Amino acid sequence: MTTIEIDHTSRWFGNVVAVNDVSMTVGPGVTGLLGPNGAGKSTLINMMGGFLAPSTGKVTLDGQQIWRNESVYKKIGIVPEREGMYDFLTGKEFVVANAELQGLGGAEARKALATVQMEYAQDRKISTYSKGMRQRVKMASALVHEPSVLLLDEPFNGMDPRQRMQLMELLRRMGAEGRTVLFSSHILEEVEQLASHIEVIVAGRHAASGDFRKIRRLMTDRPHRYLVRSSDDRALAAALIADPSTAGIEVDVTEKALRIQAVDFGRFTELLPRVAREQGIRLLTVSPSDESLESVFSYLVAA
Amino acid sequence: MYDPTVARLTYRALLGRRRAAILFVLPALLLVIAAAVRMFAGADDQIASDVLGGFAIATMVPLIGVIAGTGAIGPEIDDGSIVYLLAKPVKRPTIIFTKLIVAIAVTMVFSALPTLLAGLILNGNGQQVAVAYTIAALVASIAYSALFLLLGTVSRHADVLGLVYALVWEALFGSLVPGARTLSVQQWSLAVAQKVAGDGAVTSDVGLPLATVLLVAVTVAATWYAGQKLRALKLAGEE
Repeated sequence: MTTIEIDHTSRWFGNVVAVNDVSMTVGPGVTGLLGPNGAGKSTLINMMGGFLAPSTGKVTLDGQQIWRNESVYKKIGIVPEREGMYDFLTGKEFVVANAELQGLGGAEARKALATVQMEYAQDRKISTYSKGMRQRVKMASALVHEPSVLLLDEPFNGMDPRQRMQLMELLRRMGAEGRTVLFSSHILEEVEQLASHIEVIVAGRHAASGDFRKIRRLMTDRPHRYLVRSSDDRALAAALIADPSTAGIEVDVTEKALRIQAVDFGRFTELLPRVAREQGIRLLTVSPSDESLESVFSYLVAA
Repeated sequence: MYDPTVARLTYRALLGRRRAAILFVLPALLLVIAAAVRMFAGADDQIASDVLGGFAIATMVPLIGVIAGTGAIGPEIDDGSIVYLLAKPVKRPTIIFTKLIVAIAVTMVFSALPTLLAGLILNGNGQQVAVAYTIAALVASIAYSALFLLLGTVSRHADVLGLVYALVWEALFGSLVPGARTLSVQQWSLAVAQKVAGDGAVTSDVGLPLATVLLVAVTVAATWYAGQKLRALKLAGEE
């Protein structure tokens, strides 16, 4: 049982704060690190992997400081996001080299290659591999020493659906074996399918933490904004504001539209068409105006 | 201190890249020049010394040193593949030391060996000129490798900086400005060669004791510092 502990950790680059006073504990099982691009997920993973010093705070592995401590790599396996990986080697040579650097040999390398089902292409040069194949060989290189902690930075990027499923299956299995698996992603569905526990990072801050049901609820329960055009905006506005599912309605004169803020998503989606029908109003446009991932996440920061 | 796996990866990275061609071109050029000079001028100790000092030691050795020294680590840091070395329970100074050994070996093979051959072609080792310059090349290989390995560790523009150092400082200032010569690997290595060669065949502006101290100091300090830099190497993400 291995646990990574992040304790009031911040990291800044010059004037830019990439990670802002984050505290979290990552234990056995699969944890998803969710957040939009540029939220600080990679910075956080780099600190957990010992490639970046925290500006303040502590990042430890079972109580041992990770930064400047090579001995942690006996327990940690890392699958980096970057593609650079000794392209002039064959997949097998690459994994064998990684095994040797762990003090192991060919037998462990063969086992790791079998685990990721890359034996069929192990004698080809890495430069000829597809993105999914590279990802799997990276996985094999991280698995040779059967680490108790596996850190993966955006592991599903560029994978086709079948490869994605295979990798998810593998990670699920490793989590079930009691290993501590942490992966980052900016796609909620990906995280939801795989992670039993989710940590949400937005703009460098720890926005939410919990199982996927809790995160999903937070995301659907947030206030939704809609832009609505109809045959009679003011009559529609009057009828809608009477219901508690709306928190505010603005008549945008220049756009000739209503800007509606709904607080109860489920109820509002049912209310709008019913009210329009009862009042004999025709709906011309109904469009959500803040469905971008960033706005969904930034709501979570406030939650 | 020496990790055979790191060494193997470094050799393959160094010799497998396109720029490795320069490692073969420069020595070939030296041998062609040597052969041509011998054909047209005959065996002459002074001319042999001029060719070996002016081209082999002043230009070829530092250039080979730049390619081997910065190439032993720079590209890995650039493309991020060094992460596979760093994420292992291997001491960072061991990684640097191993890469230094590889860089020294490559620089020696591609600079000292051709220097010896060129010297033999030029005057058949008269006045020990060939051996003296070969020893200079061997000594310089060590210091250059350490210096350029450090450069490759700290800068993303290591090869350009290395070329500027090799060509502008060593080749140009080193031959024109007397003061610059005291701080020149080339002159330090020539001080060693001077001791070996017959009277007046090889000259250096630096005394042997000072040269020895500086050679050892630069090599040790650069290697130590590169190890420290690698321990604190930040593999900043794309963010």
